[in-house]
Amino acid sequence: MTARQTVKNSENKNPKFDVDYRVSIGLEVHVQLKTQSKMFCSCSTRFGAAPNTNVCPVCLGYPGAMPVMNADAIRLTALSGLIIGASISGYSKFDRKSYFYPDMPKNYQITQYDMPLCLGGGVNVDMQEGSKFVRVRRIHLEEDVAKNMHFSSSSGVDFNRAGVPLMEIVTEPDMDSPEEAYEFLRALKQMLLYGGVSEGNLEEGNVRCDVNCSVRPESSEVLGTKTELKNLNTFKGVLNALKYEVQRQLDVVVSGGTVGQETRRWDMDKGITYAMRSKEDVHDYRYFPEPDLMPVALSAEEVDIWKNTLPEMPRERHRRLVEQYSIPDYDAGVLVADKDVADYFETAAKLSSNPKAVSNWIMTEMLRLLDEAHREIKGTLVTPRSLAKLIDLVDAKTIHSTAAKEVFAILFNGGGDPETIVKERGLAQVSDTTELKKYITQVISENAKSVEDYRRGKKAALQFLVGQVMRLSRGKANPSMVGEMLTSKLTDS
Amino acid sequence: MNDQDAKPGQDIDVAYVARLARLQLSDEEVATFQGQLGDIVEYIRKISELDLSDIEPTSHAHPVHNVTRKDGVREGLAHEEVMANAPSSRDGQFIVPKIVE
Amino acid sequence: MTSNASFENRLPTVTEAVKQLVAGTCTSESLVEQVLAEIRTRDDALNAYRTVDESSALEQARAADIARQEGRQGRMLGVPVAIKDVLNVQGQTCTCGSKILESYVAPYDATAVAKLREEGAVFVGRTNMDEFAMGSSSENSAYGVVRNPHQHDCVPGGSSGGAAAAVAAGEAICGLGTDTGGSVRQPAAFCGCVGLKPSYGRVSRYGLTAFASSLDQVGTLTRSVRDAALLLGIMSGVDSMDSTSLDEPVPDYTAGLKEDLSGFKIGVPQEYFTSGIDPEVENAVRMAIENCAKIGAEIREISLPHTEYSVAVYCVIATAEASANLARFDGVRYGIRDEDADDPVEMYRRTRAQGFGAEVKRRIILGTYVLSSGYHDAYYLSAQKVRTLIRRDFETAFDECDALLTPCTPTPAYRFGEKVDDPLQMYLGDLFTVTANLAGICGITLPCGYTGGGLPIGLQVLGPAFKEENILRVAHAYEQTAAVGKS
Repeated sequence: MTARQTVKNSENKNPKFDVDYRVSIGLEVHVQLKTQSKMFCSCSTRFGAAPNTNVCPVCLGYPGAMPVMNADAIRLTALSGLIIGASISGYSKFDRKSYFYPDMPKNYQITQYDMPLCLGGGVNVDMQEGSKFVRVRRIHLEEDVAKNMHFSSSSGVDFNRAGVPLMEIVTEPDMDSPEEAYEFLRALKQMLLYGGVSEGNLEEGNVRCDVNCSVRPESSEVLGTKTELKNLNTFKGVLNALKYEVQRQLDVVVSGGTVGQETRRWDMDKGITYAMRSKEDVHDYRYFPEPDLMPVALSAEEVDIWKNTLPEMPRERHRRLVEQYSIPDYDAGVLVADKDVADYFETAAKLSSNPKAVSNWIMTEMLRLLDEAHREIKGTLVTPRSLAKLIDLVDAKTIHSTAAKEVFAILFNGGGDPETIVKERGLAQVSDTTELKKYITQVISENAKSVEDYRRGKKAALQFLVGQVMRLSRGKANPSMVGEMLTSKLTDS
Repeated sequence: MNDQDAKPGQDIDVAYVARLARLQLSDEEVATFQGQLGDIVEYIRKISELDLSDIEPTSHAHPVHNVTRKDGVREGLAHEEVMANAPSSRDGQFIVPKIVE
Repeated sequence: MTSNASFENRLPTVTEAVKQLVAGTCTSESLVEQVLAEIRTRDDALNAYRTVDESSALEQARAADIARQEGRQGRMLGVPVAIKDVLNVQGQTCTCGSKILESYVAPYDATAVAKLREEGAVFVGRTNMDEFAMGSSSENSAYGVVRNPHQHDCVPGGSSGGAAAAVAAGEAICGLGTDTGGSVRQPAAFCGCVGLKPSYGRVSRYGLTAFASSLDQVGTLTRSVRDAALLLGIMSGVDSMDSTSLDEPVPDYTAGLKEDLSGFKIGVPQEYFTSGIDPEVENAVRMAIENCAKIGAEIREISLPHTEYSVAVYCVIATAEASANLARFDGVRYGIRDEDADDPVEMYRRTRAQGFGAEVKRRIILGTYVLSSGYHDAYYLSAQKVRTLIRRDFETAFDECDALLTPCTPTPAYRFGEKVDDPLQMYLGDLFTVTANLAGICGITLPCGYTGGGLPIGLQVLGPAFKEENILRVAHAYEQTAAVGKS
């Protein structure tokens, strides 16, 4: 789907609608921060605990309980702001946002309303058409709600998650297409991972999105009516939900209808969005400053200190890898797209004399096998050291590439040492000229026609003869040496 | 601020506000509260007599900044103790009537 | 001025009890037994206690006696304390005077309670109160009204009416209360004992069921100023669990208690002597001020010009914060619950309707209203700004004064039912006390006389924030001259 949707007049009966449409998408991304304890109490944030075992009077909303701010959550939020180039507010505060729901321990959420921690900034999103800067409006800090489970005739609530520090990143509606939104999320995730701010682990619910989108005629300056899709918790979910919703809105508008401002839900199984039943009026959150918490005043000096602790971001790393390891721009791009992959690359590259080869192996064999096995590079049994060794063996012509691939696969599935595997399986290629001569002599004598063909100028015949030597040697002959020796022998005689 | 000519008590819609606050009121209560709170709201309007144009609001009597704690885990409440106070629970979860979205 | 009470208070003060316990002339067990006996005799008439656990109290007392023999130290070792039913005490119910929490058992100690526990205090029982501390007469309790010990058809004041009545009547040696708009000082005035409200942030609020977060403070009900100083010293200090508690040093509050006030500058704000004040009250207070002058204080007339807006401001801010603080009472995690609801919204509405009394409902509705869309700026924001003006009034006053003297209430205790159906009238009675909460300063009330009808009259001393030593000094010195209380 392209950013601009051209709706042809022939597709509908109304001549008014022979226009191009633009799509505007904005995101509110909730990211769980990488802290040990919750935002306002010292309960653990560890995932997977039995229900209601990481709780205390504060996160249960008991009478008399009081919140106390987690200093690290503030630091990580400020760091996130720095990562995206936002300005860090010198003065910010928390507010109470009132609404009643079973997953709310106090029936108000402590959040930031009018004085958030970060303002502005944005993320560069690389699309095929080029790079697009998606602006961020603000980042604020708040506490997460509990988790509801639904049974047949009742619902259950687990407060382990209640109070976990959440960073909410609100973008401007700068994204033009579902694909752009998807790439934004991926880029954002990597930046936050690189920054050590969040685990970005979608399965553990580390990242959740609310999405809003609208369509409008190309010529219109004013944004169309937007709908909101709430609580999408996979990036693919965001992509698919938006694809559906954008098309739905276009269909509505093209057939002469108007898009209603509503909140909709994404049904992953049916692949549709549907309007949520709103039993009550629009929320009146009755925001007021949180009396139990003191404001946050951050000095420029403090922010600067944090700035200096920022790890290298993907773009910087990209540049450095190209420079430091003399690998192509394209390779660097593939490697930095995933921090763990880039880490792996550097570890291996430092142990190897051939960084380009390391990059090649990762981009081809490693990523392919990881994808097939649905595994992550972290913890792979092909350690950086063994990959480096493998590459040494190939470069030293001890084995050739086909054998090397076999060794790699063995390492991937069971670990081990490349040299040992080569020895055990007799994969070392034969480079001894005496032995090779034997094979060559035999092949020449058995393939007179091909020899003739080659002498008459058919280059392909050489490859055939090399292939025959490989077959005879059961793949062990050093193919480049064979090629050289054959060439000189055939030219000479 | 609302219409200065409005009669006292007409600003506050007790039935509506009670819904916001998740309080079910009887008709009698609505009527009684409407009168009592109407008088109070009328009284509260006193504060609009003052010129507040250059005054900062007070959120904290003695404001300080950056009162935080170090990130670290401390033991909370024992699960059994928490469940003992629960009006309804099953499998370690608090049970409520079915939430329909 | 000796006590006019028709009853005799047979209990020692905290200071006296500590002396006796240290000297060994009594044991904690005998002391607690004495208190329990007084409760048994008097409390049917007063209903000052919501619950008393006799066996637990005696068990604690015996443990304290053993601890003392083993050489353990503690400033309150073996001394019984009554706790207002709004403070969490581990293992005890904490109803806050409400039906909605009738089944709730506290799993933790409030910090103020923990500090007393650490000094060896014995917890004898939980005192009755206006529901969720909302009220000035203790008529709003789900557990029956509390009666004024001096006149049983009169209110004891509120919301800490139970604690004040118990202390005044000799059913408690001392008690903890809470003060949001006068809820410790006003019942102390009505019942004839000493009520102290520390500066905001002086004592931790962790474990105090919140009514108005920017106004609440834990306070003390005692028979003497020295006792108040002792308890204050134990409970004061910054608390890592309460971000609004301030990291100010805690002096020895009992050390500065002198019998004269030479060099002390005391302000008398004219706005606290306006029309509407009962002439007997005014008389008694003016005489008290004269007494202070006689012992060396320099009295000066001052003005706190924004006093007249205090109740309006208080109504807005206190109810706004309360509406949010009480939202958590919904039947999900603790307390009572309506079992007949089909969905959570209905469950909340019915649970809260059944669990809350009328005054609480009124304040929640008012508080929700002043925060609601379209009204927030006109009411809530404006009130916060007027609050700044009220604070500044006091800052100006304390530039030239060490303390202020005022009446605590415009009238003495009134009869049951007189104001309970006229909430606005009830609130207006708090005019002299809400100001201290709004400004975050400290205040203490002590008896300065009796009406012709035998009802106590309270004198209030107000002091700058974190200068409790000033108000304790004035109160103690006056107390000694008037010989109203014991030392």
